Amino acid sequence: MADTRPTASIEAVESGLAAQGYIASRQIATAVYLSQQIEKPILVEGPAGVGKTELAKAIAAWRGMKMIRLQCYEGLDEAKALYEWKYAKQLLYTQILKDKLGEVLGGAQTLAAALDQLHTFGDVFFSKEFVEPRPLLQALEQPAGCVLLIDEIDKSDAEFESLLLEILSDFQVTIPELGTVSAVAPPTVILTSNSERDLGDALKRRCLHLHIGFPEQKLEERIVESRVPGISQTLRKQMVGFIHEIRSLDLKKLPSVSEAIDWARVLVLLQASELDHEIVKDTLNVLLKYEADIEAATPQISSFIAKASRQGVFS
Amino acid sequence: MRENLHRFFRAARGAGVRVSPAESIDAMRAVAQVGFADRDILRDTFLLTLAKTQDEKRSLGECFDLFFSQPEPQQESAEQNKTDDDNESGANPSADEHGDTAGGAANENVGPLAQMLLSQDRSAISTAIANASGAASLPDIRYFTQRGIFQTRILDAMGIQRLRDDIDDLTTRNPALAERLQEALNGLRGTVRDTVSQALLLYGREETENLRNEILRNAPLARIEPRQVEQMRTLIRQIARRLRERYSKPRKRQRRGHLDVRRTLRRNAAWGGVPFLTAWKRKHRDRPKIVALCDVSGSVARVSDFFLLLIHSLHEVVDDVRSFAFSGHLIEVSDILESKSPEEAMKEIMSKVGFGSSDYGNSFADFEDNWMSAITPQTTVIVLGDARSNNLDPRADILRRIGERSKRLVWLNPEGRMVWGFGDSEMPRYATFCTVVRQCATARQLERAVSDIVATYQ
Repeated sequence: MADTRPTASIEAVESGLAAQGYIASRQIATAVYLSQQIEKPILVEGPAGVGKTELAKAIAAWRGMKMIRLQCYEGLDEAKALYEWKYAKQLLYTQILKDKLGEVLGGAQTLAAALDQLHTFGDVFFSKEFVEPRPLLQALEQPAGCVLLIDEIDKSDAEFESLLLEILSDFQVTIPELGTVSAVAPPTVILTSNSERDLGDALKRRCLHLHIGFPEQKLEERIVESRVPGISQTLRKQMVGFIHEIRSLDLKKLPSVSEAIDWARVLVLLQASELDHEIVKDTLNVLLKYEADIEAATPQISSFIAKASRQGVFS
Repeated sequence: MRENLHRFFRAARGAGVRVSPAESIDAMRAVAQVGFADRDILRDTFLLTLAKTQDEKRSLGECFDLFFSQPEPQQESAEQNKTDDDNESGANPSADEHGDTAGGAANENVGPLAQMLLSQDRSAISTAIANASGAASLPDIRYFTQRGIFQTRILDAMGIQRLRDDIDDLTTRNPALAERLQEALNGLRGTVRDTVSQALLLYGREETENLRNEILRNAPLARIEPRQVEQMRTLIRQIARRLRERYSKPRKRQRRGHLDVRRTLRRNAAWGGVPFLTAWKRKHRDRPKIVALCDVSGSVARVSDFFLLLIHSLHEVVDDVRSFAFSGHLIEVSDILESKSPEEAMKEIMSKVGFGSSDYGNSFADFEDNWMSAITPQTTVIVLGDARSNNLDPRADILRRIGERSKRLVWLNPEGRMVWGFGDSEMPRYATFCTVVRQCATARQLERAVSDIVATYQ
């Protein structure tokens, strides 16, 4: 259990993440390292399936911290993200209070005296007991720190962004009735976005901005190797080369790392030793998610396989 | 190094990356963590802390590469591998103008700059250039027209006056040395010119572009030169992006309408009907619907070209747009514009209806016969044309019916207000049926017009 030990260097980050099965590029490792050192959230952008969410999971696993995930969607508001009052309990509390009111005010002769006594009686209606913490508040309350993943922030509304600003810059939230709640230990915050809409400058300013694109061939081979250990080296080279060829096509949705891993699993399941036209054609639907894309890629399969295997020979 | 970082931030701003003070502080903190040893890591660090979009990352990367590859001082004569034995004379040339002339290549009584050039001490020369650039505040360079003045300033700061005197002096006494100096001076000029050009590239790119765009925005669209068309296209795309950003963001607050009693009661059933959570009705807001009628006859063709381009690149904001082009008769061009690149689309439109003499009456009649049903009470109809109908029947009655059916009828005229109504212009007659009539000759006016149209739907 490695708690909040400081990360020593960029290399340490790289190897730490690799131990969790996340092969990070130098840039990703630098971002993680810096975010620990200068306590800044990381905003990760990039196409779907390149491992944005995985990164947060890997960091959490590597540092042995809890991961708290907040999935964003349209209409998400502070009641669901930050905190909510336990209305039902509050109602019950007022009822109990009503019953007990006689005892509390017992002996007060005048109205003024009764009011005085009521004031001295602790007011717990708006207190910690009645707060239902939601992911953001939970993250601040973790004594050992945590990894807070705010997933797909671009799906939320613009107002929600402003709600995040206080947390992102100062690791604190302000609840009007209670005051400011500061983080016990500053959480590592990862925000992910698919660039569906442009995020506000204020939000971007508070974050390190990391763009994860499709990995280079060597890196992707390592990723597949770590995720699908059963795959043979030649097949791995071929399939990654093939995927890189596919990415050069003009498709609706390019296959990303997660698809590559899925495909590698499928190929291992089918006990393929190398790529051939037949097996690629049968499993292309793992890589490509649109009928039109499959149609566009199918005529190229043979030439892509040839190219991919040729690369395998020389490298 | 701190100085260098600040210069780099300025260069980054020059490259169009918005670097706020807070971001520069972050970057400095980050750099303090990673150090300067590894250039790749340093580059990554800047990309992470300063650049906030992919475009910015690209330009910042370029800027970084440019910034950390200062030009080497040119040396035309053979390498002599002289080490920095006379460092003190090179360290601050402008200050000790009359510094001691101990040592050095020549025993002539020459100024420090001449000595430096004669000794061919590269590092001293580049230090001197760097110092002089600082003194001349080279990072303030913004426009390419300033190149000359900055070169002069830097050379002045380096003590070129003294060098010239030295050369004049020596021509009579020691012509060979004078010639060497003259050559070295030419080399120095070249180096300074390179330094200034690079500084311009680093610090001035954004400004130059801004200036050019500003001129372009105010230039009459109908008369821009062919070589500017491509630039104008880029500008129009920028405008479209800006409009998109401004109007595509959903503004929920404004849309909140009355309390939805039914939903509120249901939602709060758990608390015995005590309304803890409220539900609100949403105000219905029209999505923009635009029908554009564009005159593509000779004089206004270019304006309508850009107009159609702008409207169609707004597809995120305006989800229902139908465009029609006419000169002698009218056709629908929505599909052409959507399926083809702007150049091809305009070519095809032109080949179909372009360049004829315009007949507004006939074109309006075509529209009424075939597409009148496209206009609903939510539609904004935009007519773009000079209203010069070659003295044919203007059919203003059709325009009146169009105006009555639609939400708004906007007429954009590329001609100046002064000439409306003169010659064969039917503008005053049409104007009575339009909600708005405005002049629209430059990119700026085009932006205003489209922005206003979209804003009415917000």
